[in-house]
Amino acid sequence: MDTIDDITGAPPPAAAPPAESAPPAVTRVGDRVFLGLSRGSGITLLVIMAAIAVFLTVRAVTAISGDHGNFLTTFQWNADATPPVFGIGVLLYGTAVSSVIAMVLAVPVAIGIALFISHYAPRRIAAPLAYLVDLLAAVPSIVYGLWGALFLVPHLQGLNLWMDHYLGWTVVLKQTYQGTASRSLFSVGILLAIMVLPVITNVSREVFRQVPRAHEEAALALGATRWEVVRMAVLPFARSGIISASMLGLGRALGETMAVATVLSNSSTITSHIVDPGGGTFAQNIAVYFGEATPFGRDALIASGLVLFVITLIVNGAARLIIARRKEYTA
Amino acid sequence: MISVAKRIDVSGLSAYYGAHLAIEDISMTVEPRSVTAFIGPSGCGKSTFLRTLNRMHEVVPGGRVEGKVLLDDENLYGAGVDPVTVRRTVGMVFQRPNPFPTMSIYDNVAAGLRLNGVAKRKAELDALVEKSLKGANLWNEVKDRLGKPGAGLSGGQQQRLCIARAIAVEPQVLLMDEPCSALDPISTLAVEDLIGELKERFTIVIVTHNMQQAARVSDRTAFFNLAAVGKPGKLVEIDETQRIFSNPSVQATEDYISGRFG
Repeated sequence: MDTIDDITGAPPPAAAPPAESAPPAVTRVGDRVFLGLSRGSGITLLVIMAAIAVFLTVRAVTAISGDHGNFLTTFQWNADATPPVFGIGVLLYGTAVSSVIAMVLAVPVAIGIALFISHYAPRRIAAPLAYLVDLLAAVPSIVYGLWGALFLVPHLQGLNLWMDHYLGWTVVLKQTYQGTASRSLFSVGILLAIMVLPVITNVSREVFRQVPRAHEEAALALGATRWEVVRMAVLPFARSGIISASMLGLGRALGETMAVATVLSNSSTITSHIVDPGGGTFAQNIAVYFGEATPFGRDALIASGLVLFVITLIVNGAARLIIARRKEYTA
Repeated sequence: MISVAKRIDVSGLSAYYGAHLAIEDISMTVEPRSVTAFIGPSGCGKSTFLRTLNRMHEVVPGGRVEGKVLLDDENLYGAGVDPVTVRRTVGMVFQRPNPFPTMSIYDNVAAGLRLNGVAKRKAELDALVEKSLKGANLWNEVKDRLGKPGAGLSGGQQQRLCIARAIAVEPQVLLMDEPCSALDPISTLAVEDLIGELKERFTIVIVTHNMQQAARVSDRTAFFNLAAVGKPGKLVEIDETQRIFSNPSVQATEDYISGRFG
């Protein structure tokens, strides 16, 4: 029982051991319970991380040692054939390309929306708009997938042809496929961009809102226009926040499963024409094959999952490095 | 020095926050190349009034101004006057030093110059940055670390950096909103000395809570007061600083200065 005396921190005289040189530090029951709880939570987290890592590694090693192709460079996924031949070449390429497209499209738009909500829009527009962005995050990814496959992909044909005509010389945007709908990495990238938009927007908006008024006024008083205030005071202050926001978005784009599996036409080829159909990503590949895979096939899929895990870790680490390098400038 | 210090003529100026009238019907003249101090109890609207002189009041949501502010003959609130242009000719130093945290010392001083597109070439910019830092009595302390962040300086140095940033664009008027209230006495002294030098070139208006400071640095002093909390602030009187502190014409001024209220 805590009493008023306890709160002052003075040990109750009756409880003090009479003949000891160093009196024991006063601790309270509440503190000890909370310490135990928070320490327990920390340990639980470590145990879970270790369990995942051990599980992934053990199963992955089994699979990779039974692989008759090169796990890193093989372009096909025949884990259930005899002998099994599979590799992550296509998946690595597909995941990277679709995520890069998603980030290139989403980050500028998200920063724009966040700036509009935090610095430009009148309050009665800003609040509903912020709510709409939140709603975008609440749509389940399978719904995005269905919308992507049934609506977005057919409607992208015009854009694809236009890009092929005017930008085909870049090779990347050249369309060699003659059919109509393109279930391509480009389509997936656009869909992913829409899916990661809310998280990047929301985090950036919060950071923009935290820019101290004093810095904005400093710029205003120098005769800065609104856009110059944003450029001088808001964006530099928010830089590390924008990077974190983008990395959160990238994490989602890298790991997105159902939407990609619904839109992309699965194939084990890679092409430098991103508007041509085909390709694969780690998560999509697992979703497609997991249901009918043999135990060995599942281990192979887990090995690919491990690679995705490592990539995500590297992305996060890189983001932290970038942010830490700017520390000196963010008081 | 080619900066042209200008006279400020304010007439019938009122400022609002939404429906709330913050200061009412203020008229005064601020002489060029002199220091005018605003004193008065908290909430009397002296900072609000200061911010109407470079159209910073209206950046607060709901901020609105009625009346005229003439800078020589040009009305700052005239039709078609761009507030951005006004702020380029009327500089401001704030209560808390606010150097841009992401910028180096050099870039902080150069910030306004770059906005105005004044100095295109590096050498020109270097010269102006050096001149401004010297003008703010900061050059000797920072000349070896111009590339280091401005936020790494001490509070007093940061405030002088902000002054350097403000004077770099050669404004005609320099507004200071309690520039020493966050500084220790030694830094305060440095800034006060600086104000004495700057008045040779600029028209300076300073808001201060420190009456000794008003007496030390200013040529003229304006006393603001409000009838009660929630009532608008008004200008009680403006006169030679010496008169205000020795023989003011209004009883309320004398009461405030001698510490009988406020």
